[in-house]
Parts: sequence; structure tokens; C-alpha cells
Amino acid sequence: MSVFTLSQAAKEEVLLKELSSLTAHHRLNCEPYDRILAASGYQDAASVADLPWLPVRLFKTLELKSIPDDEVFKVLTSSGTTGDVSRIYLDKAAAAEQQRRLAATVQTILGPKRLPMLLVDTKAMLKDRRSFSARGAGVLGMSTFGRDHVWALDGEGLVDLDAIRGFLAKHGDQPFLIFGFTFLVWLHLYEVARDNGLDLSNGILIHSGGWKKLIDQAVSPDEFRARLAGVGLTNVHNYYGMVEQIGTIFLEGPSGGSLYCPDFADVVVRDPETWAELPPGKPGLLEVVSTLPTSYPGHVLLTEDLGVVHGIDDGDWPGKRFSVLGRLPRAEARGCSDTYRSAA
Amino acid sequence: MSELQRLRDAFRTALDLPADAPVDDLRYQDNEKWDSLAHMSLVAAIEDEFSVMIDTDDVINMSSFDEAVRILGKYGVDVK
Repeated sequence: MSVFTLSQAAKEEVLLKELSSLTAHHRLNCEPYDRILAASGYQDAASVADLPWLPVRLFKTLELKSIPDDEVFKVLTSSGTTGDVSRIYLDKAAAAEQQRRLAATVQTILGPKRLPMLLVDTKAMLKDRRSFSARGAGVLGMSTFGRDHVWALDGEGLVDLDAIRGFLAKHGDQPFLIFGFTFLVWLHLYEVARDNGLDLSNGILIHSGGWKKLIDQAVSPDEFRARLAGVGLTNVHNYYGMVEQIGTIFLEGPSGGSLYCPDFADVVVRDPETWAELPPGKPGLLEVVSTLPTSYPGHVLLTEDLGVVHGIDDGDWPGKRFSVLGRLPRAEARGCSDTYRSAA
Repeated sequence: MSELQRLRDAFRTALDLPADAPVDDLRYQDNEKWDSLAHMSLVAAIEDEFSVMIDTDDVINMSSFDEAVRILGKYGVDVK
């Protein structure tokens, strides 16, 4: 089973139809969203790139939901770099669907069986079970795909070498799953494996969480892959996703270097000054689209991340392949949301 | 002990419920004890109790006590 099957042309045909009807659905059921679109003069979209986007930070300032209060099943929050909090409202159907789609996406790599799982994090993060951090929620969501979970870090966030050794002694001779945030994997798994001669060659690593801290240490994504291969870890998949499009992740293909869009999602790269769609090879602002947001109008979102499309229908999987290059400098991002505030 | 009794006990232990708590009507997220964290403990408890390995899709679909009974059937455990 794969959710990476559609060529770009086939995908855009499906997405244009589904996302257009989601736009109509959210206009009917979310009044602030309808006001924003009315102010923008939006009529109809002839392509996915024509669809009206919301800046992702609007979820920090407005209550955007398309379900009545008594159908709200879960409210997801994420603290962004600004300290403001996005609030994402799910009903039961949306909550179940996002989990199923995430599972289908990850199973492209892992298959249907749950693998023994090494979590490059600390269990202490889940102590307050009423309020997980975004990191805690990410770890918990991913732990569904594993079994016999072992935490690589102790309560203080320090490397628990005995726990890692114990895990490898028990499971290291068969495929196992490693999950963690990119920077933690680098600092607490790669360096420890290198210094202690740990064999991670049966591991499948899934990691996320941005490259900023690694770039600060002058470690590029290519270098990251190369160095992990040095400790036997060659099966490595980065992913990109955000709570405002929960359940949708853009997953790095087996050859590395590119993220791919599942059949129900896509990306558009835009010129930050003209908003025009940019061709492959030209970096710009990343817009993410997904058919999963049915309970809130998050199906077409302009992120504050810079990205670049590398190619279309020419990689491990069909569709666009792209990279995330980092955050847009703050001043420019503020300009973009001001445009929207005055439109609203 | 019957399979049904063993499954009930696995639910009570994993969800931290009293030994005589009724569990046959439990549904995921309806009971405050059965949250996503407890769900992983529950799956592990069921796997240990019945010596099965439950696939990812079944972990996700195990949304009630009745569903757990049905899913265990797929793995050759007849809960009654």
C-alpha cells in the first residue's frame, strides 16, 4: 500500500476538485474564513495554485473552525517561534482520518508490522498527560508505529547508553524503528553510536523538527545522511509537517535529498513579493495543501518556511519533490500577515 | 481464566481502573483514562496477555472493547 502513487497531472486534477469543494464547505461553515475570502475577491480556482491560501499564523489570532462547539472533539495547540499558540479544532471524524492517513503514509516505509522502536527522547516529556508539548505529541503519534519502546534519553535528557545497548542487544539483528527530532538524533544518537561503536545498520530512522540548530553547527542535510551512513544507518527519512495540517506529512524518499507529497497533499512555492508560483529550482515561500482539514479551514496554507521544488515526476515517487530551506526572516513574514489583516 | 476475563483485566490494568470496573462498553477517548498514551499501554498489555503482535492498522482501529474482541479474533484469539 502506498499513498505516493499519483503523477502531478493526475494529482492536481483530484486536488483541485476536492480542495475547491473544501473551500466552499469552509466558507459555509466558518464565518471569519468566508469574510477573508469575500474581502480577497476570490471567485473560482482553475488550478491548485489559484486556490486562496491563509497565512498559517492566522490560526494563532483567529478562532477558525467549521464545526459547531459541541462537535469539537480535540483542540490541538502548537507554540510557534513567536510564542503565540495555534488552535486547531478537530471533530471525531477528522481526528480519526488524520491518524489513518498518517499511518498510511508512514507504512509506505515501514510496512504493516509495528517494529521495535527506539525513541531518541525522554519519557519525562509525557509526564503531564493533559498537556503535551508539540514535541511530546509528535513522539506519541509516532509511537503507534512501534512496539517494545525504549527511550534513549533518561529523565534529565541525558543519553542512557545502557538502555540503547539493551535495546540493540534484544532487537538490533532485525529491522527496528528509530524516531526522534533531527537535532536530538544528531547529538544523542549519532555521536553516541560513533563513539561507542554501536551497530545501527538494521535501523530505519524517521526524523523531523527543522535543521536550524544543525546548520548552526555547520551540518547540512547531506552531511547528516553521510555521517549517519558512517554508523551503518542508511535507511533514513526526514519529514516535514505542522500541527495546522495534522496527519499530513511530506516524507523524504529512499534516495534522500527530497521530500515527497502524499496523494492527498501538495506544495506550491511562491515568490514572497508577487505571490506568483515559482518553477522548480527557484526558492520561495512554501504553501502546503491537503484534503485532510475538514473541520477547520486549513486545507490551503501559506507557511513561513522557505522551500524549493527540485523536480516533478522525476524521483523515487511521483509528483513534486522539494526541500525546506528554513524560516523566512521575521520582518517579511509580518508584512505578509498584515496584508491579510487589512483584507479581513 | 476465560479469554474474556483476561481481556477485561488487561483493560483494567492498562487504563488504571479498579479491579471490578465494568469495561465491556468502553470506547477510546470517551473514558478519560483511555487517552492516546494509555492506548499504547493497552496494546502492549493485550499483546503480552495473548502472545500476539498487533499490526499498526489494528492498533489504530482498536477504538472500543468490542473492537478489541473483534481484532483479537483476527489473530486467532476467540474471546468469549
